[in-house]
Amino acid sequence: MDLVQNFPFFSIMLSMFSGIVSPVLPPAAAKWVNRAAVTVIGALSLVLLLYLLGTGESYVFMMGHFPAPWGNEIRAGVLEAGMALFFCIIMLLSLLGGNHKLLTEVAGEKQSLYYILVNLLLSSLLALVYTNDIFTAYVFVEINTITACGLIMIRETGRTIEAAVRYMIMSLLGSGMLLLGLCILYDLTGHLLMSNMREQVAILAQSGEYHMPLLVTIALISVGLSIKSALFPFHAWLPDAYGYSTVSSAAILSSLVSKGYIFLLIKLIYRVFGFQVFHDSKIVNVLFLFGLMGMIFGSLSAIWENDIRRMIAFSSVAQIGYIFMGIGMGTQAAMTASLFHVMSHAATKSLLFISAAGLTDASGGSKKFADLTGAGYRDVEAGIAFTVGALSMVGLPLFSGFISKLLFAQAAVQNTGKLLPALIVLGISTVLNAIYFMKTVIRIYTPVGDEVRSRPASGGRALYVAALMGFIVLNLLLGVNSQPIVDMIGQGLGMFA
Amino acid sequence: MGNLLVNYGEAAAMILFVIGFSNLLLHKNLIKKIIGLNIMDSAIYLFLAEKGYIAGRTVPIVVDGVQSVEAYINPIPAGLVLTGIVVSVSVSALMLSLTIRLYRRYHTLDLDEISTLLKKEGV
Repeated sequence: MDLVQNFPFFSIMLSMFSGIVSPVLPPAAAKWVNRAAVTVIGALSLVLLLYLLGTGESYVFMMGHFPAPWGNEIRAGVLEAGMALFFCIIMLLSLLGGNHKLLTEVAGEKQSLYYILVNLLLSSLLALVYTNDIFTAYVFVEINTITACGLIMIRETGRTIEAAVRYMIMSLLGSGMLLLGLCILYDLTGHLLMSNMREQVAILAQSGEYHMPLLVTIALISVGLSIKSALFPFHAWLPDAYGYSTVSSAAILSSLVSKGYIFLLIKLIYRVFGFQVFHDSKIVNVLFLFGLMGMIFGSLSAIWENDIRRMIAFSSVAQIGYIFMGIGMGTQAAMTASLFHVMSHAATKSLLFISAAGLTDASGGSKKFADLTGAGYRDVEAGIAFTVGALSMVGLPLFSGFISKLLFAQAAVQNTGKLLPALIVLGISTVLNAIYFMKTVIRIYTPVGDEVRSRPASGGRALYVAALMGFIVLNLLLGVNSQPIVDMIGQGLGMFA
Repeated sequence: MGNLLVNYGEAAAMILFVIGFSNLLLHKNLIKKIIGLNIMDSAIYLFLAEKGYIAGRTVPIVVDGVQSVEAYINPIPAGLVLTGIVVSVSVSALMLSLTIRLYRRYHTLDLDEISTLLKKEGV
């Protein structure tokens, strides 16, 4: 076995151990340990990705020394390694960009606690990405939930605690359904490893035995995971959680936490149920419908919103809707589009949150639109970054959002039954997106007369601008150089089957 | 209907799950929500334990040299129940600590009332 094959395991352990040592370190040291860990894990994932692209096939890594039906396993393919790399990049940039806000919004002695949460969050995300065992996946789903709750409430105000409680309630409802679904599935198949379950599910689906329990399981798992990733009717907790937490948390929550669950769902669809079985169950239509509704109602709520952070949060609801619309279309091309949108949305939404922080700082800390007038002149870099993010969300060519919309539209053409609703809603949603994002961009570039550039003179400024530039480059990279990434996603999905 | 009577344990687990789920979803009172959470999770463990047990078989520890698979039950469901209990204890503790914090600030356990108070507070 090559040394490279150990890298998924190293990545998970590294982030977990850096989380464990963080509380005994002073905040500054904890921060550097965290940054180093995220960078190293990103590098490991990159090496692994290159190795997997070289060999062209996925592999299974035995945890402990028990062979297949009994032991616990990690599985790595192109898609897993790519996602791990991508999560690390987004996490690092979000933390760098939100660093100055973290220092002011979170009490000094709590800052090392913040890095425990971030490290554990990363380890749970990596475990969700790599694991081949459904019960391990469940345990890490819960760890993910707990750390996300900590990230919301680390900035301790009434609003954030209330948001954390609401987040926990919805999340726990989702985990309850997920756990019940996994237990019934274990009961039906007698296995916990995804590959073994897949064989049994295929046999059950062919013989038609236990048809109803299988459907119930698929429904429970899909709905459970979509509650956790804030699909439309279950998104009530989201605006407060993203709107009032510290900015790094908002960026990480919107771009990583919900995406981890979506990735797990896609993995379960391919690796446990099998694409065809999942497609034949009618649950895809439910997800499709919820996705479409989310695309419209999320955007409408964003238009009515008078707080820039909450507006960006509501836009997340719409974007999650896009992803679930893709899953619901039930074709390979749509799934590729969804996975591309997972990446494109992650890169764009964290950029928007981080740049909005600069704009509100330049407007006396107010998040209301009336006070943001002319903020683009007061904080030039944040203004440019916000504009890039907004244009990408609306779907202008050059930016990543355009490619995902294009992929969704192409995928819709292949599925005749869902072509019309998908294209109509895609069009409406794009117009609505344009309304609220362009409204904001025009607002921040409306001169007010006294354009004093009130950039904060602190040393954190260079870091902040660097993070914004990193996000912009990532966005353009996804937008301009999309074909290799789309090919990679296709190859990764091929390895899933 | 016959199946329902034979599998009365699983049926009870499902009823309990629904009770816990709706408590967690619908109650305004945070403590009652947490109670609902615990009922819901326990129902799943009951389901797992019920499914994992086969009447007439015994714990998988070899005594008297009996090695037949038919004599023992699979220990994994019990292991899963234990893991699940650990998880649900930690989320309950987290929920309770959040409840305490909210109560200290707003002197109420009613989540809707807290939301109204927050709206009045502005920010």
